[in-house]
Amino acid sequence: MIRSMIIIIGFIVLAPFIGGLLEGIDRKISARMQRRVGPPITQPFMDVAKLFNKEFLSVNKQQLFLLLAHLFFVVFAGSMFFIGSDLLMVFFSLSTAAMFMVMAASSTHTPYTGVGTMRELMQMMCCEPMELLTAVGFYLASGMAKTGIEKSFLVSDLIHSNVSAIMYLPGFFIGFVFILTIKFRKSPFDLSTSHHAHQEVVKGITAEFSGGAYAITEIAEWYEEVMLLAVVGLFIVNSNPISYLVAALVVIFVYFLEILIDNTSARVKWDLMFKITWGVIIVFGGINLFLLENVSSFMKFFQ
Amino acid sequence: MASMVACLICVPLIFAGIIACISNDKVRGYVVYVGGVVIMGLVVATVYKYAVASSMFSKLEPITFELPYNEVFNMATIAGDVILMIVIVYLSFKWRKYWISIFSIVQTGIVLWVEFMGPEVEEKASIRFDNLTMIMILIIGFVGCLIGIYAVGYLRGYHVHHKEYKDRRRFFLSMVFVFYAAMFGLVTTQNVMWLECFWEVTSVCSFLLIGYTRTDEAITNSFRALWMNLVGGLGFAVVILIGAYKFSTFDLFDIISLNVANFKGGQGDYIQLALLQSVCLAMLAFAAISKTAQFPFSKWLLGAMVAPTPSSALLHSATMVKAGVYLLIRISPYLYGTYTGKMVYMVGGFTFFAASFLAISQSDGKKVLAYSTISNLGLMVMCCGVGTESSRWAAIFLMIFHAISKSMCFQAVGAIENTTGSRDIEDMQGLMKRLPKLGLILLIGMSGMYLAPFGMLISKWAALKTVVDSSNALLVIFICFGSASTMFYWTKWMSKILGPQEQSQKDVTEKGEYISMFCHAAMALASVLGMIIISDKIVNKYVISTIVSDSVEGATAMSNSNLRMMLFMVLAVFVVPFITYLMSKGVDSKKVTGYMNGINVGDNKHFVDAFGEEKELHVSNWYLENMFGEKKLFTPSVIIGLVFICAMLCTVIGNLIGGGVI
Repeated sequence: MIRSMIIIIGFIVLAPFIGGLLEGIDRKISARMQRRVGPPITQPFMDVAKLFNKEFLSVNKQQLFLLLAHLFFVVFAGSMFFIGSDLLMVFFSLSTAAMFMVMAASSTHTPYTGVGTMRELMQMMCCEPMELLTAVGFYLASGMAKTGIEKSFLVSDLIHSNVSAIMYLPGFFIGFVFILTIKFRKSPFDLSTSHHAHQEVVKGITAEFSGGAYAITEIAEWYEEVMLLAVVGLFIVNSNPISYLVAALVVIFVYFLEILIDNTSARVKWDLMFKITWGVIIVFGGINLFLLENVSSFMKFFQ
Repeated sequence: MASMVACLICVPLIFAGIIACISNDKVRGYVVYVGGVVIMGLVVATVYKYAVASSMFSKLEPITFELPYNEVFNMATIAGDVILMIVIVYLSFKWRKYWISIFSIVQTGIVLWVEFMGPEVEEKASIRFDNLTMIMILIIGFVGCLIGIYAVGYLRGYHVHHKEYKDRRRFFLSMVFVFYAAMFGLVTTQNVMWLECFWEVTSVCSFLLIGYTRTDEAITNSFRALWMNLVGGLGFAVVILIGAYKFSTFDLFDIISLNVANFKGGQGDYIQLALLQSVCLAMLAFAAISKTAQFPFSKWLLGAMVAPTPSSALLHSATMVKAGVYLLIRISPYLYGTYTGKMVYMVGGFTFFAASFLAISQSDGKKVLAYSTISNLGLMVMCCGVGTESSRWAAIFLMIFHAISKSMCFQAVGAIENTTGSRDIEDMQGLMKRLPKLGLILLIGMSGMYLAPFGMLISKWAALKTVVDSSNALLVIFICFGSASTMFYWTKWMSKILGPQEQSQKDVTEKGEYISMFCHAAMALASVLGMIIISDKIVNKYVISTIVSDSVEGATAMSNSNLRMMLFMVLAVFVVPFITYLMSKGVDSKKVTGYMNGINVGDNKHFVDAFGEEKELHVSNWYLENMFGEKKLFTPSVIIGLVFICAMLCTVIGNLIGGGVI
């Protein structure tokens, strides 16, 4: 109980720092890729601090409490993940969080937010199957690693497996990394809102958030980023302590990959995004799932 | 106990008769209210008696008994069958749909033949009562009767709006009460002859309710509903034939569990016995699939929305389609691992998947609800087809939560239509501000349908887990992708009703309607909060009692620690927005207009167009007609569903003829 409390507090305090720092590094690397100097690494923190000092302009004041609820559920999902609870629950509360964001945006009823909201829903629809499949994959993999062990959705059980989950879930890993591009709002899939205000539908879903309200979305994004990268790490982690080091390296590599993709690809239209994403999920996730299910029934047969 | 069940069947019929005779609108309304309350009271009394008899629901054996005047009931079901046949034949000749009468004549002919010319069969108690029966009568009694109470006020408003239709409210309301009687009979009996009769009554009642307005569309749709359900009902005729001539019993549970004492086959011919049982199971599954409007039968339920909203609410939530789910849950233990079970879960899984896509392209509120019903029923059918204990657990909870939430959604949409004159989602902009009470009801109903952590989602999670455990990769994919599109169509509707809208509207919804809707909201909350208790005390006990030897697995699909965490999330979903609302209340903000490239007029609803004139702005949802439109997806879905059904029927029948070769 006390351990869980410490982890939750640690997550609440540390995650925004890590998230903000990652974004700072992201901006620096992106700048270097484009032969610019780029802002200092601490720039995201300064941006957010400035946002909090601005006057709060709002089209509809409802959005503030909806955004706070959004933040709460993102933090809730992250905390549950790190204290080792059910992976499906984590993803479900993440979708609940996303829903509050959509509510906050659509409560303004303005054209750019309207487009952004619909695109955001489309993005959610693209990611959701893979998130659920990932949880299912971990569940199946947990039953494969040791014979005679109860399968589990609990993160606390998954990290004690004696084989890294990625050994059983290579397809799931590819699919999950693929949807991270959507989740991190990176080009080619930054349709609902882009990190660059001048580029796509005037920042789409966040167009009408200003000042503190916008700062809240930024902070929520940092929390979410840390949590999703931790899921990437979960693919690698096993009962061997060295695996944590490997996991950290893989996470860093994946994050770099996302930055690279962001800087080298052009934004696509939403229907193409939909087709590509679901195609990738079905091909990689689906085939991996079929193999897993059949192999496990084989193993049952031989036992 | 016996007299209580007899009352449950007879009292609604008496009220139906009284209501049919009262022409004064006001008096009739009060009679309906009284009838609803009386039936709810009867349900509570029955449940109380059952609780005593089963030592607080913990008895694993079902209670079986005869009704008082059992012979009278027996004759009444036969007479009922004949009357239904006459009604169907008369109406199908009147509206020139002659061919539909054939189904009814064949079915009733078989029943009469078996009853009067058939062999002597073993007499058995006709009523069977267990925890599932109790859950069903609670759903029918409370959700159903509240819909009846709602209907009184709704129909008044309906006829103000629709002067073109003949006022046949007497008929409508009395049919609703007949429906209750048939449903109570259906879920309590274990005699297939009775079951067939009640099953037929629900088919005909829904046919009459759908055709209420007597427009061309209503007549076409009502006859479609009729023939699809009659085709399904033929499955019962086959079961009755096999039961009478081969198994010498009319007891449903003896037939499906092969508990047959006087088998009329070769001595110890176990193979033939098993084959006949598999035919019975397939026939019952077929009847249930047509009732639950799975693909290929989905069209009848979509057509049913031409009728006034209370009938849709009734068909979609408490009655009709739930009869199909009920039957499937009953036969589910015997479907485990069989080919029939496989086809049933394929039909269900596919329907869940396909219908949730079709819902995306609809902007008519009632049609979205209809597709969502079909889709969720698919999930229940799928769980029943899988046939493990935990999948039955999931199916029962899906059924409970779906009944409450869907009824609430339909009532809210109906009341909105009566008030604003439209049920199109695009016209619901800012409903929370315009009609706050109706908006809230709709919001709770919709949250109940899909949002973490409400009941539907918990059950869906349980369904996913059981499917993963039973190694069905394709079903896992159906659930994952279907969930994604479910999220899409609900969220976009929900975001519509939360938007801004200044002018408020006069609410014409009557008190009776609000009472019904708020009772539903209370039930929705109570069922989520009480889920652990319901699961522990009632559903688990039922599920354990149905364990058949060869499906071995733990009974709980959801551990209590998970349920507790869910409970915490339920509270969080209510409490957190409330707290954050209070927090943000004191924050100063400067009101500004939204960003429109500087062509704002001064509010957020108008802009300056290219000619310098003021134009109204409308931010519309996406319906993606080109991708998920009915034109594109409906026919292929029907064909795929048909393939599964044909595969199921051909295999079992072929097997029987071939003597178990396949």
